[in-house]
Amino acid sequence: MWDYLKLAGLGVLAVLAAIAANYAHDLAYQVNAITVMLAAGISFLFVLRTAGDPKTVNQAEYFDSVIRAGAIATSFWGVVGMLVGVVIASQLAFPQLNFEFLQGYGNFGRLRPLHTSAVIFAFGGNALIMSSFYIVQRTSAARLFGGSLGWFVFWGWQLVIVLAATGYVLGATQGKEYAEPVWYVDILITVVWVAFLIVFMGTLFKRKEPHIYVANWFLLAMIVTVAMLHLVNNAAIPVSIFSSQQVQVYSGVQDAMVQWWYGHNAVGFFLTAGFLGMMYYFVPKQAERPIYSYKLSIIHFWALIFLYIWAGPHHLHYTALPDWASTLGMVFSIMLWMPSWGGMINGLMTLSGAWDKLRTDPIIRMMVVSIGFYGMSTFEGPMMSIRAVNSLSHYTDWTIGHVHSGALGWNGMITFGVLYYLVPRLWNREGLYSLKLVSWHFWLATIGIVLYASSMWVTGIMEGLMWREVDANGFLVNAFADTVAAKFPMYVVRALGGGLFLTGALIMCYNLWMTVRAQPARASQHSAVPAE
Amino acid sequence: METYSFLRHMADSWFLLAMTLGFLGLCVWAFRPGSRKAHEDVANSIFRNDDRPADATPAQTRKEA
Repeated sequence: MWDYLKLAGLGVLAVLAAIAANYAHDLAYQVNAITVMLAAGISFLFVLRTAGDPKTVNQAEYFDSVIRAGAIATSFWGVVGMLVGVVIASQLAFPQLNFEFLQGYGNFGRLRPLHTSAVIFAFGGNALIMSSFYIVQRTSAARLFGGSLGWFVFWGWQLVIVLAATGYVLGATQGKEYAEPVWYVDILITVVWVAFLIVFMGTLFKRKEPHIYVANWFLLAMIVTVAMLHLVNNAAIPVSIFSSQQVQVYSGVQDAMVQWWYGHNAVGFFLTAGFLGMMYYFVPKQAERPIYSYKLSIIHFWALIFLYIWAGPHHLHYTALPDWASTLGMVFSIMLWMPSWGGMINGLMTLSGAWDKLRTDPIIRMMVVSIGFYGMSTFEGPMMSIRAVNSLSHYTDWTIGHVHSGALGWNGMITFGVLYYLVPRLWNREGLYSLKLVSWHFWLATIGIVLYASSMWVTGIMEGLMWREVDANGFLVNAFADTVAAKFPMYVVRALGGGLFLTGALIMCYNLWMTVRAQPARASQHSAVPAE
Repeated sequence: METYSFLRHMADSWFLLAMTLGFLGLCVWAFRPGSRKAHEDVANSIFRNDDRPADATPAQTRKEA
Protein backbone atom coordinates (compact mmCIF):
# COMPACT_ATOMS: atom_id res chain seq x y z
CA MET A 1 0.00 0.00 0.00
CA TRP A 2 2.76 2.38 1.04
CA ASP A 3 4.60 1.58 -2.21
CA TYR A 4 1.53 2.53 -4.28
CA LEU A 5 1.23 5.83 -2.44
CA LYS A 6 4.89 6.51 -3.09
CA LEU A 7 4.49 5.64 -6.78
CA ALA A 8 1.47 7.94 -7.10
CA GLY A 9 3.29 10.77 -5.34
CA LEU A 10 6.43 10.43 -7.44
CA GLY A 11 4.39 10.19 -10.64
CA VAL A 12 2.48 13.37 -9.81
CA LEU A 13 5.73 15.12 -8.90
CA ALA A 14 7.34 14.14 -12.21
CA VAL A 15 4.33 15.42 -14.19
CA LEU A 16 4.19 18.68 -12.22
CA ALA A 17 7.92 19.20 -12.75
CA ALA A 18 7.47 18.63 -16.49
CA ILE A 19 4.66 21.22 -16.58
CA ALA A 20 6.84 23.64 -14.59
CA ALA A 21 9.71 23.12 -17.04
CA ASN A 22 7.34 23.95 -19.91
CA TYR A 23 6.12 27.22 -18.37
CA ALA A 24 9.52 28.27 -16.95
CA HIS A 25 10.31 32.00 -17.03
CA ASP A 26 14.06 31.51 -16.91
CA LEU A 27 16.68 28.97 -17.91
CA ALA A 28 17.82 28.12 -14.37
CA TYR A 29 14.26 27.32 -13.33
CA GLN A 30 13.76 25.18 -16.44
CA VAL A 31 16.94 23.17 -15.86
CA ASN A 32 16.04 22.71 -12.17
CA ALA A 33 12.51 21.57 -13.09
CA ILE A 34 13.91 19.03 -15.55
CA THR A 35 16.34 17.81 -12.85
CA VAL A 36 13.46 17.34 -10.42
CA MET A 37 11.48 15.52 -13.13
CA LEU A 38 14.39 13.14 -13.77
CA ALA A 39 14.98 12.58 -10.04
CA ALA A 40 11.27 11.81 -9.52
CA GLY A 41 11.29 9.53 -12.59
CA ILE A 42 14.34 7.57 -11.41
CA SER A 43 12.88 7.23 -7.90
CA PHE A 44 9.59 6.08 -9.49
CA LEU A 45 11.36 3.34 -11.44
CA PHE A 46 13.31 2.28 -8.35
CA VAL A 47 10.17 2.05 -6.20
CA LEU A 48 8.36 0.22 -9.02
CA ARG A 49 11.11 -2.40 -9.39
CA THR A 50 11.23 -3.06 -5.65
CA ALA A 51 7.46 -2.77 -4.99
CA GLY A 52 6.02 -5.74 -3.17
CA ASP A 53 9.43 -7.03 -2.07
CA PRO A 54 9.31 -8.06 1.57
CA LYS A 55 11.06 -5.27 3.45
CA THR A 56 12.84 -6.74 6.42
CA VAL A 57 14.72 -4.44 8.74
CA ASN A 58 17.25 -6.21 10.89
CA GLN A 59 17.00 -4.34 14.20
CA ALA A 60 20.05 -6.26 15.41
CA GLU A 61 22.25 -4.41 12.94
CA TYR A 62 23.22 -0.77 12.49
CA PHE A 63 21.98 1.02 9.37
CA ASP A 64 25.41 1.51 7.81
CA SER A 65 24.70 1.43 4.07
CA VAL A 66 23.55 5.07 4.11
CA ILE A 67 26.72 6.03 6.02
CA ARG A 68 28.84 4.30 3.37
CA ALA A 69 27.05 6.36 0.73
CA GLY A 70 27.72 9.41 2.89
CA ALA A 71 31.46 8.66 2.95
CA ILE A 72 31.52 8.42 -0.85
CA ALA A 73 29.49 11.63 -1.25
CA THR A 74 31.67 13.51 1.27
CA SER A 75 34.87 12.58 -0.60
CA PHE A 76 33.35 13.31 -4.01
CA TRP A 77 31.88 16.73 -3.15
CA GLY A 78 35.01 17.60 -1.20
CA VAL A 79 37.15 17.16 -4.32
CA VAL A 80 34.60 19.02 -6.50
CA GLY A 81 34.32 21.95 -4.07
CA MET A 82 38.09 22.26 -3.58
CA LEU A 83 38.69 22.02 -7.34
CA VAL A 84 36.29 24.92 -7.97
CA GLY A 85 38.12 26.77 -5.17
CA VAL A 86 41.46 26.32 -6.92
CA VAL A 87 39.88 27.46 -10.20
CA ILE A 88 38.48 30.69 -8.74
CA ALA A 89 41.71 31.36 -6.82
CA SER A 90 43.53 31.08 -10.15
CA GLN A 91 40.95 33.35 -11.80
CA LEU A 92 41.70 36.02 -9.21
CA ALA A 93 45.43 35.74 -9.89
CA PHE A 94 45.05 35.40 -13.67
CA PRO A 95 41.86 37.13 -14.87
CA GLN A 96 42.38 35.66 -18.36
CA LEU A 97 40.96 32.44 -16.91
CA ASN A 98 37.51 34.07 -16.98
CA PHE A 99 37.25 32.74 -20.54
CA GLU A 100 35.25 34.74 -23.05
CA PHE A 101 33.29 31.70 -24.26
CA LEU A 102 32.21 30.93 -20.67
CA GLN A 103 31.15 34.51 -19.99
CA GLY A 104 27.99 34.51 -17.89
CA TYR A 105 28.48 30.89 -16.73
CA GLY A 106 32.09 30.15 -15.85
CA ASN A 107 33.31 33.52 -14.59
CA PHE A 108 34.35 34.24 -11.00
CA GLY A 109 30.99 35.70 -9.92
CA ARG A 110 29.10 32.54 -10.92
CA LEU A 111 31.67 30.06 -9.64
CA ARG A 112 32.32 31.66 -6.24
CA PRO A 113 28.97 30.65 -4.64
CA LEU A 114 29.41 27.26 -6.29
CA HIS A 115 32.70 26.87 -4.39
CA THR A 116 31.40 28.09 -1.01
CA SER A 117 28.20 26.02 -1.15
CA ALA A 118 30.02 22.94 -2.43
CA VAL A 119 32.55 22.92 0.38
CA ILE A 120 30.21 24.02 3.19
CA PHE A 121 26.95 22.31 2.35
CA ALA A 122 27.98 19.49 0.02
CA PHE A 123 31.29 18.42 1.61
CA GLY A 124 30.55 19.66 5.14
CA GLY A 125 26.85 18.78 5.02
CA ASN A 126 27.44 15.22 3.86
CA ALA A 127 30.19 14.85 6.47
CA LEU A 128 27.76 16.01 9.17
CA ILE A 129 24.88 13.77 8.02
CA MET A 130 27.25 10.78 7.73
CA SER A 131 28.79 11.38 11.17
CA SER A 132 25.44 12.09 12.85
CA PHE A 133 24.02 8.81 11.60
CA TYR A 134 27.14 6.93 12.70
CA ILE A 135 27.49 8.58 16.10
CA VAL A 136 23.82 8.56 17.11
CA GLN A 137 23.51 4.83 16.40
CA ARG A 138 26.68 3.84 18.29
CA THR A 139 26.06 6.06 21.29
CA SER A 140 22.36 5.14 21.49
CA ALA A 141 23.09 1.44 20.89
CA ALA A 142 20.05 1.43 18.60
CA ARG A 143 19.42 1.15 14.87
CA LEU A 144 18.65 4.39 13.04
CA PHE A 145 15.01 5.40 13.46
CA GLY A 146 12.62 5.64 10.53
CA GLY A 147 13.56 2.75 8.25
CA SER A 148 14.54 4.11 4.86
CA LEU A 149 14.00 7.74 5.94
CA GLY A 150 17.79 7.89 6.28
CA TRP A 151 18.02 7.25 2.53
CA PHE A 152 15.53 10.03 1.89
CA VAL A 153 17.74 12.41 3.87
CA PHE A 154 20.81 11.33 1.91
CA TRP A 155 19.32 11.50 -1.59
CA GLY A 156 17.28 14.61 -0.77
CA TRP A 157 20.47 16.38 0.26
CA GLN A 158 22.24 15.35 -2.96
CA LEU A 159 19.28 16.73 -4.94
CA VAL A 160 19.53 20.00 -3.02
CA ILE A 161 23.21 20.21 -3.94
CA VAL A 162 22.64 19.51 -7.63
CA LEU A 163 19.73 21.98 -7.90
CA ALA A 164 21.64 24.71 -6.09
CA ALA A 165 24.87 24.16 -8.06
CA THR A 166 23.27 24.14 -11.52
CA GLY A 167 21.13 27.10 -10.47
CA TYR A 168 24.16 29.22 -9.46
CA VAL A 169 25.93 28.65 -12.77
CA LEU A 170 22.77 29.59 -14.70
CA GLY A 171 22.13 32.65 -12.55
CA ALA A 172 19.53 31.56 -9.99
CA THR A 173 20.56 33.10 -6.68
CA GLN A 174 19.00 34.84 -3.74
CA GLY A 175 22.08 37.01 -3.39
CA LYS A 176 22.46 36.19 0.31
CA GLU A 177 25.85 34.85 1.28
CA TYR A 178 25.78 31.15 2.22
CA ALA A 179 22.00 31.26 1.63
CA GLU A 180 22.10 31.59 -2.16
CA PRO A 181 19.65 28.76 -2.99
CA VAL A 182 16.38 30.12 -4.39
CA TRP A 183 12.93 29.67 -2.88
CA TYR A 184 11.99 26.21 -4.16
CA VAL A 185 15.41 24.79 -3.20
CA ASP A 186 14.89 26.37 0.24
CA ILE A 187 11.59 24.47 0.55
CA LEU A 188 13.32 21.20 -0.37
CA ILE A 189 16.08 21.93 2.17
CA THR A 190 13.40 22.41 4.85
CA VAL A 191 11.73 19.07 4.03
CA VAL A 192 15.03 17.17 4.03
CA TRP A 193 16.20 18.88 7.21
CA VAL A 194 12.98 18.02 9.08
CA ALA A 195 13.42 14.39 7.98
CA PHE A 196 17.01 14.57 9.29
CA LEU A 197 15.69 15.86 12.64
CA ILE A 198 13.08 13.07 12.83
CA VAL A 199 15.69 10.38 12.11
CA PHE A 200 18.10 11.80 14.68
CA MET A 201 15.56 12.47 17.44
CA GLY A 202 13.80 9.15 16.83
CA THR A 203 17.08 7.30 17.33
CA LEU A 204 17.75 9.22 20.55
CA PHE A 205 14.26 8.36 21.79
CA LYS A 206 14.79 4.62 21.36
CA ARG A 207 18.32 4.64 22.80
CA LYS A 208 19.44 1.84 25.09
CA GLU A 209 22.07 3.91 26.90
CA PRO A 210 20.77 5.87 29.90
CA HIS A 211 22.61 9.09 28.98
CA ILE A 212 22.80 11.02 25.75
CA TYR A 213 26.50 11.32 24.93
CA VAL A 214 27.68 14.93 24.54
CA ALA A 215 28.50 14.58 20.82
CA ASN A 216 24.77 14.13 20.22
CA TRP A 217 24.01 17.39 22.02
CA PHE A 218 26.22 19.29 19.64
CA LEU A 219 24.75 17.52 16.61
CA LEU A 220 21.19 18.10 17.78
CA ALA A 221 21.95 21.78 18.46
CA MET A 222 23.31 21.96 14.92
CA ILE A 223 20.15 20.44 13.41
CA VAL A 224 17.68 22.52 15.42
CA THR A 225 19.49 25.85 15.09
CA VAL A 226 20.18 25.48 11.37
CA ALA A 227 16.45 24.78 10.87
CA MET A 228 15.56 28.01 12.71
CA LEU A 229 18.19 30.10 10.88
CA HIS A 230 17.16 28.72 7.51
CA LEU A 231 13.46 29.48 8.01
CA VAL A 232 13.98 33.04 9.23
CA ASN A 233 16.67 34.13 6.76
CA ASN A 234 14.96 32.67 3.69
CA ALA A 235 11.59 34.36 4.19
CA ALA A 236 10.89 35.48 0.61
CA ILE A 237 8.00 35.76 -1.80
CA PRO A 238 8.45 34.18 -5.25
CA VAL A 239 7.78 36.45 -8.22
CA SER A 240 5.94 33.57 -9.88
CA ILE A 241 5.72 29.85 -9.20
CA PHE A 242 7.39 29.39 -12.59
CA SER A 243 10.34 31.64 -11.79
CA SER A 244 13.52 31.35 -9.76
CA GLN A 245 13.24 35.01 -8.76
CA GLN A 246 11.99 36.08 -5.34
CA VAL A 247 11.65 39.18 -3.21
CA GLN A 248 12.97 39.21 0.38
CA VAL A 249 10.44 39.91 3.10
CA TYR A 250 12.86 42.12 5.07
CA SER A 251 14.59 45.15 3.67
CA GLY A 252 17.44 47.50 4.45
CA VAL A 253 19.35 47.18 7.70
CA GLN A 254 16.89 44.59 9.07
CA ASP A 255 17.63 42.36 6.09
CA ALA A 256 21.37 42.84 6.59
CA MET A 257 21.09 41.97 10.28
CA VAL A 258 18.97 38.87 9.63
CA GLN A 259 21.42 37.81 6.94
CA TRP A 260 24.45 38.04 9.24
CA TRP A 261 22.61 36.58 12.18
CA TYR A 262 22.10 33.65 9.80
CA GLY A 263 25.57 33.86 8.26
CA HIS A 264 27.51 33.88 11.47
CA ASN A 265 25.40 31.17 13.07
CA ALA A 266 25.81 29.03 9.97
CA VAL A 267 29.49 29.16 10.92
CA GLY A 268 28.68 28.77 14.61
CA PHE A 269 26.26 25.89 14.44
CA PHE A 270 26.90 24.17 11.10
CA LEU A 271 30.69 24.43 10.95
CA THR A 272 31.42 24.64 14.69
CA ALA A 273 28.78 22.86 16.80
CA GLY A 274 28.26 20.08 14.25
CA PHE A 275 31.97 19.47 13.77
CA LEU A 276 32.53 19.64 17.55
CA GLY A 277 30.06 16.75 17.73
CA MET A 278 32.39 14.88 15.39
CA MET A 279 35.39 15.86 17.54
CA TYR A 280 33.77 14.70 20.79
CA TYR A 281 33.12 11.25 19.35
CA PHE A 282 35.92 10.48 16.91
CA VAL A 283 38.91 11.96 18.77
CA PRO A 284 38.32 9.84 21.91
CA LYS A 285 37.62 6.81 19.71
CA GLN A 286 40.80 7.17 17.66
CA ALA A 287 42.85 7.94 20.80
CA GLU A 288 41.13 5.02 22.58
CA ARG A 289 40.68 7.17 25.67
CA PRO A 290 37.55 8.87 27.01
CA ILE A 291 37.23 12.63 26.64
CA TYR A 292 39.56 14.53 29.02
CA SER A 293 36.76 16.13 31.04
CA TYR A 294 33.09 15.37 30.53
CA LYS A 295 32.14 18.26 32.83
CA LEU A 296 34.13 20.66 30.68
CA SER A 297 32.33 19.35 27.61
CA ILE A 298 28.97 20.17 29.23
CA ILE A 299 30.08 23.70 30.06
CA HIS A 300 31.62 24.04 26.59
CA PHE A 301 28.27 23.11 25.08
CA TRP A 302 26.11 25.51 27.08
CA ALA A 303 28.54 28.40 26.83
CA LEU A 304 28.72 27.97 23.06
CA ILE A 305 24.93 27.80 22.76
CA PHE A 306 24.31 30.84 24.97
CA LEU A 307 26.98 33.04 23.37
CA TYR A 308 27.24 32.20 19.67
CA ILE A 309 23.78 33.29 18.63
CA TRP A 310 24.54 36.95 19.50
CA ALA A 311 27.83 37.30 17.63
CA GLY A 312 26.38 38.03 14.15
CA PRO A 313 26.40 41.88 14.26
CA HIS A 314 30.21 41.93 14.16
CA HIS A 315 29.84 41.44 10.38
CA LEU A 316 28.20 44.88 10.17
CA HIS A 317 30.57 47.23 12.02
CA TYR A 318 30.51 50.83 10.70
CA THR A 319 27.26 50.30 8.79
CA ALA A 320 23.70 51.57 9.30
CA LEU A 321 23.36 49.04 12.13
CA PRO A 322 22.82 50.78 15.50
CA ASP A 323 25.93 51.08 17.65
CA TRP A 324 24.45 49.07 20.51
CA ALA A 325 23.87 46.08 18.23
CA SER A 326 27.38 46.23 16.83
CA THR A 327 28.84 46.51 20.36
CA LEU A 328 26.72 43.59 21.50
CA GLY A 329 28.02 41.46 18.64
CA MET A 330 31.61 42.42 19.45
CA VAL A 331 31.28 41.71 23.19
CA PHE A 332 29.69 38.31 22.67
CA SER A 333 32.31 37.42 20.05
CA ILE A 334 35.08 38.16 22.54
CA MET A 335 33.35 36.14 25.25
CA LEU A 336 33.36 33.21 22.80
CA TRP A 337 37.09 32.90 23.41
CA MET A 338 36.33 31.04 26.62
CA PRO A 339 34.18 28.17 25.34
CA SER A 340 36.25 27.86 22.18
CA TRP A 341 39.50 27.45 24.04
CA GLY A 342 37.83 25.27 26.68
CA GLY A 343 36.73 22.95 23.89
CA MET A 344 40.15 22.98 22.28
CA ILE A 345 41.84 22.13 25.58
CA ASN A 346 39.32 19.35 26.16
CA GLY A 347 40.03 17.84 22.75
CA LEU A 348 43.80 18.13 23.00
CA MET A 349 44.05 16.91 26.59
CA THR A 350 42.17 13.76 25.61
CA LEU A 351 45.56 12.69 24.34
CA SER A 352 47.29 13.26 27.66
CA GLY A 353 49.16 10.08 28.46
CA ALA A 354 48.93 9.01 24.82
CA TRP A 355 50.96 11.72 23.10
CA ASP A 356 53.19 9.04 21.63
CA LYS A 357 50.32 8.23 19.24
CA LEU A 358 51.12 11.49 17.45
CA ARG A 359 54.32 9.87 16.25
CA THR A 360 52.78 6.64 15.05
CA ASP A 361 49.22 7.47 14.04
CA PRO A 362 48.81 9.99 11.20
CA ILE A 363 45.02 10.03 11.73
CA ILE A 364 45.41 11.31 15.29
CA ARG A 365 47.92 13.82 13.98
CA MET A 366 45.30 15.08 11.53
CA MET A 367 42.70 15.39 14.29
CA VAL A 368 45.11 17.19 16.62
CA VAL A 369 46.08 19.67 13.91
CA SER A 370 42.39 20.27 13.21
CA ILE A 371 41.76 21.04 16.89
CA GLY A 372 44.79 23.33 16.78
CA PHE A 373 43.30 25.20 13.84
CA TYR A 374 39.97 25.36 15.68
CA GLY A 375 41.76 27.09 18.53
CA MET A 376 43.69 29.37 16.20
CA SER A 377 40.76 30.50 14.09
CA THR A 378 38.51 30.96 17.13
CA PHE A 379 41.22 33.18 18.56
CA GLU A 380 41.57 35.14 15.35
CA GLY A 381 37.80 35.55 14.84
CA PRO A 382 36.99 37.36 18.11
CA MET A 383 40.07 39.51 17.61
CA MET A 384 38.82 40.55 14.15
CA SER A 385 35.39 41.30 15.61
CA ILE A 386 36.86 44.11 17.73
CA ARG A 387 35.74 47.29 16.00
CA ALA A 388 39.20 48.85 15.78
CA VAL A 389 40.73 45.70 14.27
CA ASN A 390 37.72 45.25 12.01
CA SER A 391 38.21 48.72 10.54
CA LEU A 392 41.48 47.42 9.14
CA SER A 393 40.52 43.84 8.34
CA HIS A 394 36.99 44.15 6.96
CA TYR A 395 36.55 43.84 3.16
CA THR A 396 40.16 42.65 2.88
CA ASP A 397 41.59 39.21 2.15
CA TRP A 398 42.35 38.78 5.85
CA THR A 399 38.72 37.70 6.26
CA ILE A 400 39.12 35.12 3.50
CA GLY A 401 42.29 33.84 5.15
CA HIS A 402 40.48 33.57 8.48
CA VAL A 403 37.58 31.64 6.96
CA HIS A 404 39.96 29.23 5.27
CA SER A 405 42.10 28.51 8.32
CA GLY A 406 38.82 27.51 9.94
CA ALA A 407 37.35 25.70 6.95
CA LEU A 408 40.48 23.94 5.64
CA GLY A 409 42.24 23.55 8.98
CA TRP A 410 39.41 22.72 11.33
CA ASN A 411 36.50 21.40 9.21
CA GLY A 412 38.61 19.88 6.45
CA MET A 413 41.20 18.16 8.62
CA ILE A 414 38.69 16.69 11.09
CA THR A 415 36.57 15.41 8.20
CA PHE A 416 39.62 13.75 6.62
CA GLY A 417 40.41 12.15 9.98
CA VAL A 418 36.83 10.91 10.31
CA LEU A 419 36.85 9.47 6.77
CA TYR A 420 40.10 7.62 7.52
CA TYR A 421 38.51 6.33 10.71
CA LEU A 422 35.19 5.32 9.16
CA VAL A 423 36.02 3.75 5.80
CA PRO A 424 37.87 0.63 7.09
CA ARG A 425 35.14 0.10 9.69
CA LEU A 426 32.17 0.67 7.37
CA TRP A 427 33.52 -1.64 4.67
CA ASN A 428 34.83 -4.08 7.27
CA ARG A 429 38.45 -3.85 6.16
CA GLU A 430 41.66 -4.66 8.02
CA GLY A 431 42.99 -1.11 8.42
CA LEU A 432 43.81 1.49 5.79
CA TYR A 433 45.55 0.69 2.51
CA SER A 434 48.52 2.94 3.25
CA LEU A 435 49.44 4.99 6.30
CA LYS A 436 52.30 6.49 4.28
CA LEU A 437 49.76 8.09 1.94
CA VAL A 438 47.89 9.46 4.97
CA SER A 439 51.15 11.13 6.01
CA TRP A 440 51.54 12.55 2.52
CA HIS A 441 48.00 13.88 2.69
CA PHE A 442 48.66 15.35 6.13
CA TRP A 443 51.76 17.27 5.06
CA LEU A 444 50.34 18.46 1.73
CA ALA A 445 47.21 19.72 3.48
CA THR A 446 49.10 21.37 6.34
CA ILE A 447 51.59 23.13 4.06
CA GLY A 448 48.70 24.13 1.79
CA ILE A 449 46.83 25.76 4.69
CA VAL A 450 49.94 27.54 5.93
CA LEU A 451 50.59 28.99 2.46
CA TYR A 452 46.94 29.99 2.14
CA ALA A 453 46.60 31.64 5.54
CA SER A 454 49.95 33.44 5.53
CA SER A 455 49.51 34.84 2.01
CA MET A 456 46.06 36.12 2.96
CA TRP A 457 47.39 37.77 6.12
CA VAL A 458 50.02 39.57 4.10
CA THR A 459 47.70 40.69 1.32
CA GLY A 460 44.83 41.49 3.69
CA ILE A 461 46.81 43.71 6.03
CA MET A 462 48.64 45.26 3.09
CA GLU A 463 45.46 46.23 1.26
CA GLY A 464 43.83 47.41 4.49
CA LEU A 465 46.78 49.75 5.09
CA MET A 466 46.85 50.87 1.45
CA TRP A 467 43.14 51.75 1.51
CA ARG A 468 43.48 54.00 4.53
CA GLU A 469 46.75 55.68 3.55
CA VAL A 470 46.35 59.45 3.09
CA ASP A 471 48.87 62.09 2.09
CA ALA A 472 49.67 65.34 3.91
CA ASN A 473 46.61 67.03 2.38
CA GLY A 474 44.25 64.24 3.44
CA PHE A 475 43.86 62.71 -0.03
CA LEU A 476 43.88 58.93 -0.48
CA VAL A 477 47.23 57.78 -1.82
CA ASN A 478 46.25 54.54 -3.54
CA ALA A 479 43.65 53.77 -6.15
CA PHE A 480 41.79 50.47 -5.77
CA ALA A 481 43.62 49.10 -8.82
CA ASP A 482 46.95 49.73 -7.03
CA THR A 483 45.99 47.28 -4.31
CA VAL A 484 44.89 44.72 -6.92
CA ALA A 485 48.25 44.96 -8.65
CA ALA A 486 50.15 44.73 -5.36
CA LYS A 487 48.28 41.57 -4.36
CA PHE A 488 49.28 39.50 -7.40
CA PRO A 489 52.16 37.46 -5.87
CA MET A 490 50.06 36.59 -2.81
CA TYR A 491 47.22 35.44 -5.03
CA VAL A 492 49.57 33.06 -6.81
CA VAL A 493 50.78 31.68 -3.46
CA ARG A 494 47.14 31.26 -2.33
CA ALA A 495 46.25 29.30 -5.48
CA LEU A 496 49.34 27.15 -4.92
CA GLY A 497 48.30 26.45 -1.31
CA GLY A 498 44.81 25.49 -2.47
CA GLY A 499 46.35 23.23 -5.11
CA LEU A 500 48.40 21.41 -2.47
CA PHE A 501 45.31 20.96 -0.29
CA LEU A 502 43.36 19.56 -3.28
CA THR A 503 46.22 17.19 -4.14
CA GLY A 504 46.10 15.87 -0.59
CA ALA A 505 42.36 15.25 -0.90
CA LEU A 506 42.89 13.36 -4.17
CA ILE A 507 45.52 11.17 -2.47
CA MET A 508 42.96 10.49 0.28
CA CYS A 509 40.36 9.40 -2.28
CA TYR A 510 42.86 7.00 -3.88
CA ASN A 511 43.83 5.64 -0.46
CA LEU A 512 40.19 5.12 0.58
CA TRP A 513 39.34 3.52 -2.78
CA MET A 514 42.24 1.08 -2.43
CA THR A 515 41.26 0.37 1.19
CA VAL A 516 37.86 -0.83 0.01
CA ARG A 517 39.18 -2.64 -3.07
CA ALA A 518 42.45 -4.20 -2.02
CA GLN A 519 42.49 -4.61 1.75
CA PRO A 520 41.57 -8.00 3.23
CA ALA A 521 38.30 -8.21 5.14
CA ARG A 522 38.51 -7.72 8.88
CA ALA A 523 38.35 -10.99 10.79
CA SER A 524 35.07 -11.04 12.69
CA GLN A 525 35.55 -11.02 16.46
CA HIS A 526 32.92 -13.71 16.81
CA SER A 527 34.39 -16.28 14.47
CA ALA A 528 37.56 -16.20 16.56
CA VAL A 529 35.73 -17.24 19.75
CA PRO A 530 36.14 -20.98 20.23
CA ALA A 531 32.96 -22.93 20.95
CA GLU A 532 33.02 -24.31 24.45
CA MET B 1 5.22 51.80 25.47
CA GLU B 2 5.92 50.78 21.88
CA THR B 3 6.83 47.16 21.21
CA TYR B 4 10.44 47.89 20.22
CA SER B 5 11.26 49.77 23.43
CA PHE B 6 9.50 47.17 25.54
CA LEU B 7 11.43 44.30 23.94
CA ARG B 8 14.70 46.23 24.15
CA HIS B 9 14.10 46.86 27.83
CA MET B 10 13.22 43.21 28.51
CA ALA B 11 16.24 41.97 26.55
CA ASP B 12 18.87 43.91 28.48
CA SER B 13 17.33 43.51 31.93
CA TRP B 14 15.17 40.57 33.03
CA PHE B 15 15.78 38.28 30.11
CA LEU B 16 19.53 38.83 30.27
CA LEU B 17 19.42 38.06 33.99
CA ALA B 18 17.32 34.94 33.44
CA MET B 19 19.69 33.63 30.77
CA THR B 20 22.78 34.35 32.86
CA LEU B 21 21.26 32.57 35.86
CA GLY B 22 20.14 29.69 33.63
CA PHE B 23 23.67 29.30 32.29
CA LEU B 24 25.27 29.48 35.74
CA GLY B 25 22.68 26.98 37.01
CA LEU B 26 23.61 24.54 34.25
CA CYS B 27 27.30 24.90 35.12
CA VAL B 28 26.64 24.31 38.82
CA TRP B 29 24.44 21.32 37.94
CA ALA B 30 27.37 19.74 36.07
CA PHE B 31 29.36 19.84 39.32
CA ARG B 32 26.57 18.46 41.53
CA PRO B 33 27.61 15.78 44.05
CA GLY B 34 27.46 12.33 42.51
CA SER B 35 27.86 13.59 38.97
CA ARG B 36 31.36 12.15 38.63
CA LYS B 37 30.15 8.55 38.42
CA ALA B 38 27.46 9.38 35.85
CA HIS B 39 29.93 11.41 33.78
CA GLU B 40 32.57 8.70 33.82
CA ASP B 41 29.97 6.19 32.71
CA VAL B 42 28.72 8.30 29.81
CA ALA B 43 32.27 9.31 28.77
CA ASN B 44 33.10 5.61 28.44
CA SER B 45 29.81 4.71 26.74
CA ILE B 46 31.40 5.33 23.33
CA PHE B 47 33.51 2.21 23.83
CA ARG B 48 30.44 -0.03 23.99
CA ASN B 49 28.09 -1.25 21.25
CA ASP B 50 30.52 -0.59 18.42
CA ASP B 51 29.35 -3.39 16.15
CA ARG B 52 25.66 -3.87 16.84
CA PRO B 53 22.73 -2.40 18.80
CA ALA B 54 22.40 -3.22 22.48
CA ASP B 55 19.55 -5.79 22.46
CA ALA B 56 21.45 -7.88 19.95
CA THR B 57 24.63 -8.25 21.97
CA PRO B 58 23.54 -10.52 24.85
CA ALA B 59 21.69 -12.95 22.58
CA GLN B 60 24.68 -13.26 20.26
CA THR B 61 27.22 -13.82 23.00
CA ARG B 62 25.03 -16.31 24.78
CA LYS B 63 24.65 -18.38 21.64
CA GLU B 64 28.36 -18.56 21.09
CA ALA B 65 29.46 -19.04 24.67
